[in-house]
Amino acid sequence: MLPCHRDMAVLFIRGVPLNRIFAQYMGRTGGLTRGRDGNMHMGDLNLNIISIISALAATVPVATGCAMALRYKGKQGAAAFSYFGDGATSRGDWHEGVNFATVQKLPVLYVCNNNQYAYSTPLHLQMACEHVADKGPVVRHACRDCRRQRRAGRPRRHRPRARTHPRRQRSLHAECKTFRMTGHSAHDGAHYVPKELFEKWEKLDPITRLQARMLEEGWAAQAELDQTRAAIVAEVDEAVAWAENSPWPDPATLLDDVYETQ
Amino acid sequence: MPTTYLEAIREGLWEEMERDPDVFLLGEDIGVYGGAFKVTDGFLERFGEKRVVDTPISEGAIVGAAIGASLMGLRAVAEMQFADFITCGFDQIVNFAAKCRYRWNAPVPMVIRAPSGGGIHGGPFHSQNPEMWFVKTPGLKVVCPATAYDAKGLIKASIRDNDPVIFFEHKGLYRKIKEDLPTEEYTVPIGKAKIVREGRHLSIITYGAMVWTALEAAETLAAEGISVEVVDLRTLLPLDRDTVCESVRKTSKALLLHEDTRTAGMAGELAITITETVFEYLDGPIVRVTAPDTPVPFSTPLEEAFLPNVAKVLEKARWLHRY
Repeated sequence: MLPCHRDMAVLFIRGVPLNRIFAQYMGRTGGLTRGRDGNMHMGDLNLNIISIISALAATVPVATGCAMALRYKGKQGAAAFSYFGDGATSRGDWHEGVNFATVQKLPVLYVCNNNQYAYSTPLHLQMACEHVADKGPVVRHACRDCRRQRRAGRPRRHRPRARTHPRRQRSLHAECKTFRMTGHSAHDGAHYVPKELFEKWEKLDPITRLQARMLEEGWAAQAELDQTRAAIVAEVDEAVAWAENSPWPDPATLLDDVYETQ
Repeated sequence: MPTTYLEAIREGLWEEMERDPDVFLLGEDIGVYGGAFKVTDGFLERFGEKRVVDTPISEGAIVGAAIGASLMGLRAVAEMQFADFITCGFDQIVNFAAKCRYRWNAPVPMVIRAPSGGGIHGGPFHSQNPEMWFVKTPGLKVVCPATAYDAKGLIKASIRDNDPVIFFEHKGLYRKIKEDLPTEEYTVPIGKAKIVREGRHLSIITYGAMVWTALEAAETLAAEGISVEVVDLRTLLPLDRDTVCESVRKTSKALLLHEDTRTAGMAGELAITITETVFEYLDGPIVRVTAPDTPVPFSTPLEEAFLPNVAKVLEKARWLHRY
């Protein structure tokens, strides 16, 4: 599992406890990196989570290597999950990693969270095609003459199918079209995003839509939803309190763990 | 039968692959073709496609995949066809591999082999010595063997090491030097320099192909009554400061020699190390012989002028001895 930058949900669902996530943000010893790194820059090999680095798409070729190791060790049905955003697909590492895995027919599932903005850069300044999926290795034709080349130039869309036999394994691309409803980070007011886009995508928010549906269909009562929300807020508060009580790292540990043996 | 530097690396790789089924190779043209320099000739036939992986021209993906596989418990040995192309995988090396253990306790036991060095008329993109880019990166180990014995012992130690190692093999030495190697198995420890010639009057501290230049100069100087000690660093990171300082404490004079360019080269770090530690033992200024601050030129007369050589070392050593 190679999460995207700032992908708290993947880490949380995969089993990183909430209190340790907050401690990570606060630079405390309770964070997964013991104060060596901040925010979502963390991993845990016991949970099969590989930490991102800040350079986007750097995990994509690493996912190739993980899938290579899975096949090497004969782990049937196992796959590497590589998450990234739309902006990351402009980087050379993304192309190199995807290409290498595809050439090797490695089991990698690429999940692109296409939220249409990379910081302030909209999708049309990021790429000249409509879908990130169009960048995938989906064109299959022989380039024998220019006329045929031109006719064949239109890429066919990938048709993913489950394949478990190693000889028939391949990488798959999933593009999730979504929208970033806030700025790139807390300091960014996202003034460059047209208001209409926020309005349009707010109506499409799957969480509020699910909530409305649940009430409408009678799957839950408002009181139950309120109760659930209050329980979640209490859980978060408890995790934050735990993190605030987690000790700061001791400066004497500054030099530790650069190497296995110093 | 004597073993060349190239054969020594090949033997080391071969033995480690025979010993540990988790060791595998990846790189451009290393399989069917046996590598641009033929270091991995015959490996595909013996170990198969699973363990000898021919890759696309993607240094970033080669290093990235080596990191991923190593995080998953394998031991990847990646080949850069020429050390010069390592720049294409730079981010993966210095930001990913080097920082995993410090940040989140994840070991990356991989080796990147990088044929470096000039003197082969390779021009600006096939002759560089890019070791200092990596010596500036905590978390990496940087190894530069000068002899066939050390090349074999150090490649084996690098593969067994649990931290990422950049292994610079000087391509000018590949077929130029040879020696009889022990028949029994051995490794050479990373991080240990070696006194390759003992002397009393001055120390030449160097590494890689320049060890041979230093030894040749030392021989000439011996005939003039100047006793030269030659220190082969063997590993640049972690640096064996003790052996360097011990030698200078004994001889009181230090000549620093490297094929890499001058500014911010290894000589700078050695000079401050000596000054900080054994300043009061010095009987003269610390001097250096290096390549100048230019790209590596292609044409023979230009490249010869660029590279440090015995004559340049002799001139500086005689001056320092007289000082």
